[in-house]
Amino acid sequence: MSEDKKSKKISRRKFIAGTLLGGTGLLFGATYLGRHSLRRTMFEALETMAPAYMGDVSDPLMWFEIFKDNRITLHSPKVEMGQGTFTSLAQIAADELNVDIDQISVVHAASITGNVDGLSTGGSLSVAGLWQPLRELSATMRQMLVLEASKKLGVGANTLSVEKGVISGSGKSITYGEVVQGVEEWEIPDTPPLKDVKEYQYVGKPIPRIDLVDKVVGSPIFGMDAELPGMLYGAVVRPDQIGATYAGADVSEAKGMPGVVKIVEEKDFVGVVARSMTEAENAKNAIKAKWTVEKKWQTEDIDAAIKVGAGEPNVIQLHGDEDVLLSAEDAADASYVTSEYTTPIGAHAQIEPNGALAHVEDGKATVYISTQVVKITRDEVAATLGFDAENVNIIPTYLGGGFGRRLHTPNAIQAALMSKAVGKPVKCFFDRKAEFQNDTFRSPTHHIMKAKLNRNGMIEAISHDYSSGDVMFGSPMFPAIMETILGADAGALRGALIQYRAIPNFTVTSWKVKLPFSTSWWRSLGLLANTFAIETFMDELAEKVGKNPVDFRLAHIQNDSAGNRLKAVIRAAAQKSGYVDEIRSGRAMGFAASTDGGTPCAHAVEVSIEDGEIKVHKVVCAMDPGLSVNPDQVRAQCEGAIIMGLSASLYEKMYVDDNQLRPVIYGAYRMALMRNSPKEIDVVLLRGQETPGPVGEPPLGPIGAAIANAVYRLTGKRSRSMPIEV
Amino acid sequence: MKISFSINGQKKSVETDGDTPLLWVIRDMLDLKGTKFGCGKAACGACTVHVDGESIRSCSFAAKWAEGREITTIEGLGTAEDPHPVQQAWIEEIVPQCGYCQPGFMMATAALLDKVPSPTDEDIDNNIINVCRCGTYYRMRKAIHRAAEIKKSNTNT
Repeated sequence: MSEDKKSKKISRRKFIAGTLLGGTGLLFGATYLGRHSLRRTMFEALETMAPAYMGDVSDPLMWFEIFKDNRITLHSPKVEMGQGTFTSLAQIAADELNVDIDQISVVHAASITGNVDGLSTGGSLSVAGLWQPLRELSATMRQMLVLEASKKLGVGANTLSVEKGVISGSGKSITYGEVVQGVEEWEIPDTPPLKDVKEYQYVGKPIPRIDLVDKVVGSPIFGMDAELPGMLYGAVVRPDQIGATYAGADVSEAKGMPGVVKIVEEKDFVGVVARSMTEAENAKNAIKAKWTVEKKWQTEDIDAAIKVGAGEPNVIQLHGDEDVLLSAEDAADASYVTSEYTTPIGAHAQIEPNGALAHVEDGKATVYISTQVVKITRDEVAATLGFDAENVNIIPTYLGGGFGRRLHTPNAIQAALMSKAVGKPVKCFFDRKAEFQNDTFRSPTHHIMKAKLNRNGMIEAISHDYSSGDVMFGSPMFPAIMETILGADAGALRGALIQYRAIPNFTVTSWKVKLPFSTSWWRSLGLLANTFAIETFMDELAEKVGKNPVDFRLAHIQNDSAGNRLKAVIRAAAQKSGYVDEIRSGRAMGFAASTDGGTPCAHAVEVSIEDGEIKVHKVVCAMDPGLSVNPDQVRAQCEGAIIMGLSASLYEKMYVDDNQLRPVIYGAYRMALMRNSPKEIDVVLLRGQETPGPVGEPPLGPIGAAIANAVYRLTGKRSRSMPIEV
Repeated sequence: MKISFSINGQKKSVETDGDTPLLWVIRDMLDLKGTKFGCGKAACGACTVHVDGESIRSCSFAAKWAEGREITTIEGLGTAEDPHPVQQAWIEEIVPQCGYCQPGFMMATAALLDKVPSPTDEDIDNNIINVCRCGTYYRMRKAIHRAAEIKKSNTNT
């Protein structure tokens, strides 16, 4: 074996019983400890930097399974929650493996294979993060197969070529499926040079989703569809109060109810296992659980907590002179402008409730679950049961919506404990009320924007102060020490920074608050709220100086790569929509733009008011995610993000009533329906870089502000609170 | 109690409490998992099926009411090899994202097209009132119009 090869012998069996676990390091280096200016550098880096994929990429055999009939299964460590990742991954792999896309199927990697992401599926990073590693893995796999074929055919590897998974040369040929037969040990060669993007057959093409037919015929692919022989049904009593701690239960009535197999009383919860879902639910409702509650919360308490000035401040961005604004504020002359904005508590409201099917038997646990955090789910179940991680197999299923809701999976632990208690597989899901009341909500926010305008109608200084509960903090994914190191929540700051960096002086301050209920990731994290504040304010400033809001924005953007890409999407959205300030045929336009994870996006919307309701007719979206691996699915993400963002901006709001989070059902928790969705969504995709950037969340950013700005043109009244009302 | 009905063209009898929601009979007793649980209160429409051609929300429809009636679920609407015009249109417009709510929408659409073969946008707005969190409504509207066209051309040939 030559020196330059990674001389690693891998047994084929390793694929089945891999032990290399993901998680090769922390998200951020510790070198940023200490000085504030360094922290700020980091926050700006965080906003644009896509963390690399954090799983094992040393071994292609962990990723690909090749069958005799020349079909290939890609075991994906990223889960499919609707974002189309499986399709894009198949495209990438097919192009570097030299196979037809129809030869590839994609499945979720079970944790026992070792192909486990150290982080999560989220942050719009699945395709962007796997772009380089998956191409390298696929090319390396191809090279391994060619080298083995060379041995089998007795033909020099250099003279072999591959097409549609068939390796040929010197008049001989062999399929991938034939090559792998009988091979016990593989040598992993150096990664061959990757192809040029222009050579790809599938990358960059609008290939139909590979899960399309399954999802149209109703195949049983979701967590809630999982079944095992002898399976029973569980139901857990969940608190309807904020801050409730479990303090025992009276189970006497539930015990004797039809179908009940066992009441399971653990230290922090009580549940019931029964023969059917309905019997489990009925018995659960008969359990009288006791909860201790320290304080009764009301909406006013939450509003008071989420206030700029309360909580812990951290300056996360500072350029130029911060005193310019202070002196302007003191003088309070006509050049000084300030506005406040608020956004409410948001629910995920994904349609498939959280739950899991667990089977604990003979010191091993198997869990079928819709999860965004395979590694954390595994480690938590293992820790609870006292098992080694290798003895817990998490089998991810398709997710009936993710949106950040499945980054916390205590339901896996509960299902496992109940299965252990009865010695049979137990499927246990949230009911809808519990789902609404025990959500990990989008934090409410409060923002104060300030600006000083100069004589030429340009912004001389601008500041953004925002208050938010936890987003990334408080999660098992995020070591508690990072809270101390960072100070400001790395999720709440998404979209909070000033992207108009031609402004001479700008500063952003985070005010961190701990809320009494769980707040966390909600698709795009802080982006929707922060952009609502900043981009509504930009519209106000443009109006104050009598400038067109598109030109006003462009004039404040710096001439660097990020700035030029932002300007390009703003120009594209303005041009494609024919943006004008005037109201035409009862419709006004609104404009807003944001940059998220390095992906700039601009929306121009057309809005009217009909019967006292805001109606969004058309959205033109221009986005530059770099290379679009699957342009059709990038468009689908834009359409979906626009509608989800519209729903949050116009209708959605949780409130606290006598310590209960409400509402607890769709309808009362109003969301956009068919009738509320724009009939026209026109997506313009730009390609300002040759690698794929984040897609799933950036187009959520500008929608709230764009609608608010259009509503202002119709009513003459600024909407500074979500949900936006007239 | 024993409840007998026809589901996707097959006669079935089940032994269950008559108040059990039809949804759980379909999913857990008959193992047809295409019909989804979303809210249990008839508020989201993920569990939509047809009973005697009418679209109903099966999470809030007692099993006993199904006695002697004809039920159709997504599995009975069409198959991968022989999709219903609604499913065909859904494939052509690449509608689903996460896909969880989609069977309910397709069942609601199929029932609408039986009554209103060429629905206007207003018909769609008034009749398709299920909830989709991924926000696929934009493509769904296009797919509903396309399904109407496919259905019409199938009838004409």
